[in-house]
Amino acid sequence: MSIKNASFPWFGMDIGGTLVKLVYFEPRDITAEEEQEEVENLKSIRRYLTSNVAYGKTGIRDVHLELKELTLCGRTGNLHFIRFPTHDLPAFLQMGRNKHFSSLHTTLCATGGGAYKFESDFRTMADLQLHKLDELDCLIRGVLYIDSVVSSGPSECYYFENPTDPDRCVQRPYTLENPYPLLLVNIGSGVSIMAVYSENNYKRVTGTSLGGGTFLGLCCLLTGCSTFEDAIEMASKGESTRVDKLVRDIYGGDYERFGLPGWAVASSFGNMISKEKRESVSKEDLARATLVTITNNIGSITRMCALNEKIERVVFVGNFLRVNTLSMKLLSYAMDYWSKGQLKALFLRHEGYFGAVGALLELLHPS
Amino acid sequence: MAECGGGDSSTSSHTMDKSITLPPDEIFRNLENAKRFAIDIGGSLTKLAYYSTVQHKVAKVRSFEHHTEDAASDKLYEISVQEEVTARLHFIKFENAYIETCLDFIKDHLVNTETKVIKATGGGAHKFKELIERKLGLKVDKEDEMTCLIKGCNFVLRNIPHEVFVYAKHADSEFRFQTTHPDIFPYLLVNIGSGVSIVKVESEDKFERIGGSSIGGGTFWGLGALLTKTKRFDELLQLASRGQHTNVDMLVKDIYGGSYGSLGLTGDLIASSFGKSATADKEFSKEDMAKSLLHMISNDIGQLACLYAKLHNLSRVYFGGFFIRGHPVTMHTITYSINFFTKGEVQALFLRHEGYLGAIGAFLKGAEEDNPNQYSWGENYAGSSGLMSVSPDMNPLQRARSGTFDMLEMDRLERQLVNLPLLQDSSSYIPDTVDLTEDALAREYWLDCFEEALDGVVKRAIGSQPDIPEVTERAEKFRQKYRNKLQTLRHQPFAYGSLTVRSLLDTREHCLNEFNFPDPYLKIKEKENDMALKYYLKVVKSLEELGWEQRQLALVRGVLAGNVFDWGAKAVSDVLESDPEFGFEEAKRQLEERPWLVDSYDQWLQRLKGPPHKCALFFVDNSGMDIILGVMPFVRELLSRGTEVVLASNSGPALNDVTNGELQILIERIAAMDPVIQAGLMDDRLTLVQSGSSSPCLDLSRLDKVLAMVVRERQTDLIVIEGMGRAIHTNYYATLNCESLKMAVIKNSWLADRLGGKLFSVVFKYEVPAGKLSQNSSALTPS
Repeated sequence: MSIKNASFPWFGMDIGGTLVKLVYFEPRDITAEEEQEEVENLKSIRRYLTSNVAYGKTGIRDVHLELKELTLCGRTGNLHFIRFPTHDLPAFLQMGRNKHFSSLHTTLCATGGGAYKFESDFRTMADLQLHKLDELDCLIRGVLYIDSVVSSGPSECYYFENPTDPDRCVQRPYTLENPYPLLLVNIGSGVSIMAVYSENNYKRVTGTSLGGGTFLGLCCLLTGCSTFEDAIEMASKGESTRVDKLVRDIYGGDYERFGLPGWAVASSFGNMISKEKRESVSKEDLARATLVTITNNIGSITRMCALNEKIERVVFVGNFLRVNTLSMKLLSYAMDYWSKGQLKALFLRHEGYFGAVGALLELLHPS
Repeated sequence: MAECGGGDSSTSSHTMDKSITLPPDEIFRNLENAKRFAIDIGGSLTKLAYYSTVQHKVAKVRSFEHHTEDAASDKLYEISVQEEVTARLHFIKFENAYIETCLDFIKDHLVNTETKVIKATGGGAHKFKELIERKLGLKVDKEDEMTCLIKGCNFVLRNIPHEVFVYAKHADSEFRFQTTHPDIFPYLLVNIGSGVSIVKVESEDKFERIGGSSIGGGTFWGLGALLTKTKRFDELLQLASRGQHTNVDMLVKDIYGGSYGSLGLTGDLIASSFGKSATADKEFSKEDMAKSLLHMISNDIGQLACLYAKLHNLSRVYFGGFFIRGHPVTMHTITYSINFFTKGEVQALFLRHEGYLGAIGAFLKGAEEDNPNQYSWGENYAGSSGLMSVSPDMNPLQRARSGTFDMLEMDRLERQLVNLPLLQDSSSYIPDTVDLTEDALAREYWLDCFEEALDGVVKRAIGSQPDIPEVTERAEKFRQKYRNKLQTLRHQPFAYGSLTVRSLLDTREHCLNEFNFPDPYLKIKEKENDMALKYYLKVVKSLEELGWEQRQLALVRGVLAGNVFDWGAKAVSDVLESDPEFGFEEAKRQLEERPWLVDSYDQWLQRLKGPPHKCALFFVDNSGMDIILGVMPFVRELLSRGTEVVLASNSGPALNDVTNGELQILIERIAAMDPVIQAGLMDDRLTLVQSGSSSPCLDLSRLDKVLAMVVRERQTDLIVIEGMGRAIHTNYYATLNCESLKMAVIKNSWLADRLGGKLFSVVFKYEVPAGKLSQNSSALTPS
């Protein structure tokens, strides 16, 4: 090998508004020689990360996403996907300090707003120098990379067949060959929408502040829940039509003059202007309505962007979609129905980790 | 989407105890002649519309037949006050709680029995269907809401010049009224009711709902009620206007620590609405949550509107629906959002009569056989409430009460109005010289000025109808009404669009008409016309004795001296009242000597040395000395030069301005004395047209269709505008496609002072459009 690889450990980090996403490459082809030279700190980090699935109270390793036997820069190993809430970043830094991470003299590639916001904390609390990277660059690089390396196991990219028919709606693998042009919608705390024409040619079309953070924020206020998982769980049990005012609630059926079906939502939370109805809905109904409102709105804006940019394929990523089949089906439905089958909604299994993957790639192949 | 049908139950309990606070006969006016009812029932407000005919006293002048001339009569012409029937549209807006009371009142006063149906629209139409049918005995005929809305929107855009405004919260004047483009299509209407409908309108009958959103007014209200336990929509807006959204929203700087520079996202931008409330262990204030919600919804709607505008390549985007309806808070956030998402390329536009669109449209649907769209209509300032200021700090209960009944009245104009074909750019033409909405000092002066002049006007009104009983009482009612209007305008100068001297004058005319003072100056005009006619030949003769060059100046001085005789100017009316002997020669002596305040006389003289104009259009001003001794000799000279002349005078009376009816008689009289005028009339080189206006000012974008036709046919190449109202208060900056002459004497010392002159300063403004200079270069020697 002519190019000298970056020294271990290989990390990529994406510090978002709500979650920190961390990818870690665990080399599995360590020679006995290397093993001997490997400093104790590095060994302990590797063991700590790979032998646990949870870290502290809130850190989680998404074991099901782990990519095994991956070849990266001539090395073979496993790629691990770890996340924890951004507000626990101080604990993470404390751990780094305790484990003398800085003694490894590694470059920590980080993206997301937090790379900027917490740069000085990394320096002062853990004596770490961050290599800051643009989040959209990383995101796109990560998406294209993961899609290209996943060959065995469940397909990385998938879609929902028959999205407008709940009984026949099934998840199907999708091959993302010749992906361009492509509309990439990243739903994190907020939403960014990019038109991607090639790996190096993309633009951010627009964004909206109504994203995953809004869903969780409103759910916490309306239901008293505190985690995304709880909110999604409640939403899955609720009925949004008790909260929303539908077209049929106003017109008794379809509004034919404008081709609006009776089941379409006319006014999100529209029924809640009535005191009786406010008193009769459950927390689950409210969570469901919040989910439906936010999801449909993202669908709407995405669809308009696709039309304006003349792009027919849309890939949705971001942690809002984690454990959230409900939203993915809603998005699939909305894309298909309102575009009369023109638009296809695609999803990726590593939904929220692409920024972190992109950061890792930057460490190995500086662009 | 639709306005929400089912309001909060608390709304009705809240308004149960209300009774009508105004005498209903001042609200539901002219019910005895009413027909063609329409009603638009929204979530909280009802809008009723009907058509009525109004009997007006109109002063008519008629020439005495020459052969039956009565020796005893020394009158110039016969004046008769006739009853004229004009059409009027009434629109009344009130809270749903009053529906029953209002229907009862209408039933009791409705005389006309040919009405069988009432057109109904709005989300609440079905809810009240049975009640309306029972109370009024009319069949309720439902009309599609969106169709009505669009029809209403087209109607106001076409007929109300200052309908459209942009909202600027921090500007001196919050409301900036826009000139409506002569071609109103295409446009985008974003109707924010409980949900949002985005409609593309391409022509009168062609429109399409191209999109919408379920996140609308109902979301703000419903979600707001859940979050803050505040039930009323208005109260939620109150809360929002006091809140800090940054406590609840996650901003770009909360994620980045600052801005996201490479994408140009500033740190204060909202990255995630409610992003900070994703926690169970923190309390958030009602105000902050309401504010965050307001931003979330306004931004979202603004973004979608921009995406649709871009996709359909539309730049005019109007916002309406109960979410907007006169609420400064929502107008501000929507404006902000549109500005952000289009980088300032598209402006959010709002409508003054937005709340009436559905009712207007439903009415028009029912009145199709009367073909209301073939007429021009005008807002009647006397009968319309105007735009209310809804200060967000005001107590919501107070507001609900003060806005109990709101009215809009539109008069059918006898003539169809169009643009003057010679306007250089009709889409940017603004008639008025000073916008008093924006100029606080000028506003104060003119409001005071009109208030001080009120006694004189009342006196004149009484004097005009000496033999009619109750005249004093009616005149007092007029005084009361106009004073109230002035009072309203002091607090809400934007109530009827941009406040201008013209609108103040027009409002006064409307109020006078309202109380049957159709033409208070009728007798004065007759007396002065009569007197001036006696001097006509003498004036003409003395002019003819002058050499050519001397005569040209004398003619201009004559027009100016004549223009001093203006009862609309207090400085002049005081003189005329106290000195009946004040005459043409005295007026000439009052005139400023050259060089005048604005003086392009030399250029004009040079031009006259060149070839004659093809045709001159002359907008005349006052009766008496002005028209007879000032304007007519000037016209006579133009005719002698070989220029055709079109005299444009008012269709209806305003102050002592000469009306078309009067002018016809005067010209006949002059023709009888003067062969030049006689020949001009015979050869059709001197023509009289009416302007289509009844205002002392002049709006060149609303002129009689016949006038426009004549101007085109005759290839008019000179426009003369005379008088303060038409050439100073309006049109001073108007640019035309042909030569123009603006002449006036400043008869108001405040205005003179402002223009850098003094009382009786002269404005003589001769202009040649830039492109036309070369054509006449032989005649023009630039000085």
